[in-house]
Amino acid sequence: MATLEIRNLHVSVEAENGPREILKGVDLTIKQGETHAVMGPNGSGKSTLAYSLAGHPKYTVTGGTVTLDGEDVLEMSVDERARAGVFLAMQYPVEVPGVSVSNFLRTSATAIRGEAPKLRTWVKEVKSAMEQLQMDPAFAERNVNEGFSGGEKKRHEILQLELLKPKIAILDETDSGLDVDALRQVSEGVNRVRETGEVGTLLITHYTRILRYIKPDFVHVFSGGRIVESGGAELADKLENEGYEAYSTKGGASA
Amino acid sequence: MAEAQNSPTLGSARAGGPPPAGSTTAGSIAVAAESTVATRMSAPPSFDVADFPVPHGREEEWRFTPLARLRGLHDGTAVASGEGVKVEIEAPEGVTVETVGREDERLGKAGTPVDRVAAQAYSSFEKASVVTVAKEAVLTEPIRITVHGEGGVAFGHQVIELGAFAEAVVVLDHSGDAVLAANVDYVLGDGAKLTVVSVQDWDEKAVHVAQHNALVGRDASFKSVIVTFGGDVVRIHPRVAYAAPGGEAELFGLYFTDAGQHQEHRLLVDHNTPHCKSNVAYKGALQGQDAHAVWIGDVLIQAAAEGTDTYELNRNLVLTDGARVDSVPNLEIETGEIAGAGHASATGRFDDEQLFYLMSRGIPQAEARRLVVRGFFAELVQQIGLPDVEERLIAKIEAELEASV
Repeated sequence: MATLEIRNLHVSVEAENGPREILKGVDLTIKQGETHAVMGPNGSGKSTLAYSLAGHPKYTVTGGTVTLDGEDVLEMSVDERARAGVFLAMQYPVEVPGVSVSNFLRTSATAIRGEAPKLRTWVKEVKSAMEQLQMDPAFAERNVNEGFSGGEKKRHEILQLELLKPKIAILDETDSGLDVDALRQVSEGVNRVRETGEVGTLLITHYTRILRYIKPDFVHVFSGGRIVESGGAELADKLENEGYEAYSTKGGASA
Repeated sequence: MAEAQNSPTLGSARAGGPPPAGSTTAGSIAVAAESTVATRMSAPPSFDVADFPVPHGREEEWRFTPLARLRGLHDGTAVASGEGVKVEIEAPEGVTVETVGREDERLGKAGTPVDRVAAQAYSSFEKASVVTVAKEAVLTEPIRITVHGEGGVAFGHQVIELGAFAEAVVVLDHSGDAVLAANVDYVLGDGAKLTVVSVQDWDEKAVHVAQHNALVGRDASFKSVIVTFGGDVVRIHPRVAYAAPGGEAELFGLYFTDAGQHQEHRLLVDHNTPHCKSNVAYKGALQGQDAHAVWIGDVLIQAAAEGTDTYELNRNLVLTDGARVDSVPNLEIETGEIAGAGHASATGRFDDEQLFYLMSRGIPQAEARRLVVRGFFAELVQQIGLPDVEERLIAKIEAELEASV
């Protein structure tokens, strides 16, 4: 069973007056089949955690370890991490001019699976995944994220999640900017992948709204660059009622 | 992606975001009583180099060109040398190939030099090639003109003339090292169809400045494909005019500008006759420090040219820091009685965030870059309509990318 282990992770970014530490010792273990929600106020470092795990060059790991089934993830390049089974659904997916969605998906699936998917089954696979996400077939011929609405971008991220079948899926504020219908369709997509029991999910969010559709096994409160409290789904209810105030002072004090 | 897009019916320009550093995209549509395309030049068209002052670089037609790197083509100091270029012409049956002197009356019929270097070429060549396709001859094999630089200075003139209803493909191949100024004339008889592919695949020191003039006959079709990969300075100026109504011109271009290279494509489509069409599409990729691409697209719809249908487009993909694009579409309309007119210009960049996005989906870095560039050029390459040329271009693009990774 695949396990992602994050131990005492410290991460910095380059700022105007030298490096600034954003993650200050994160510990988290995610096993295949589990769903972990990481919740926290803006600026707490949630997105930094997501991008650091995917290997974005802007972030420098200054301490700690990340392993996937014992393999050192931090030693891997961005594409190697993806091929090892780490997937990041981005909050702000970028436009890639000149590359169609269909070409992108196939190139990506070929890289992840290690061989080109058979054309006939592939076309069916993409078509049915798009139908389930209520995406127009014409979508496949558009350039990646170019001119996509907020909802289209998020559906496209979840489409990739469904097709690439990672071991660990990190969803960075996938709920942001979605109306209720889009949120439901996107959540259903995530749940279809979770139901296979083959993915460990790290759901990063500011709001509890998405947790009505995607039920987490564990909830972690993130503040000041680390996890300050962990619990079950009931912790989300507490946050819904009380907000983050209690934690922001706590995070500040421990920093 | 920076976008400037105009059409006279909408009369609007829109910007889709900030352009990458080191790029300009300027578009204009002018409804003018008199064209400024001609009047903004520093001298009227002429076959005689003495009619043009030596440019300083501030002139409208020279302001983007590094004159100091033209090796004297612009100021009269470049003198033809024995081992300039070697020209070989391979033609199928039905084609007449002649080498003629300056006095031959078939020269200079398609257009007149509009700048000093083109006039220098016309004033300096000794022998010209005249390739004639007999009327109604439909060639199944292309005419191949190979221009190989032997390291010297050369001035050239070529004429391709198609009789009425003739059909031909010409592949004009430039390679090696040379300092070359040339004029190429294309004369299309009524109903003729000509496709010209001009490939500039020069060695890194070469300088090439050329004016291509097409005169399109009644109901004739002209397709120009300009492909520029190599050379220190390459400046190509395709121009189209129509001899009678019903003509069509398609002007396609593809360039890949590497570090230090200056590649300039200037176009003029002169809609001087009613009911003619033109479609212009140029795409370029740039990579490396001081790679500089310039695209000037002038389309003129004269008062007499009712029923004109024209569109022009330029797209640039900047792959690295340090590259620069100047893109200037310019449409001048003297009559409102047209079928359609528009232009678009956009310069976008392939940046670290795009690379991260593709790599985060398992795609290795080199392949991510290939994917983007191949996709960018694909649509244009497919419009060429010559499978062997298309294959060669794709292979060449891949090779350019290999060299960069």
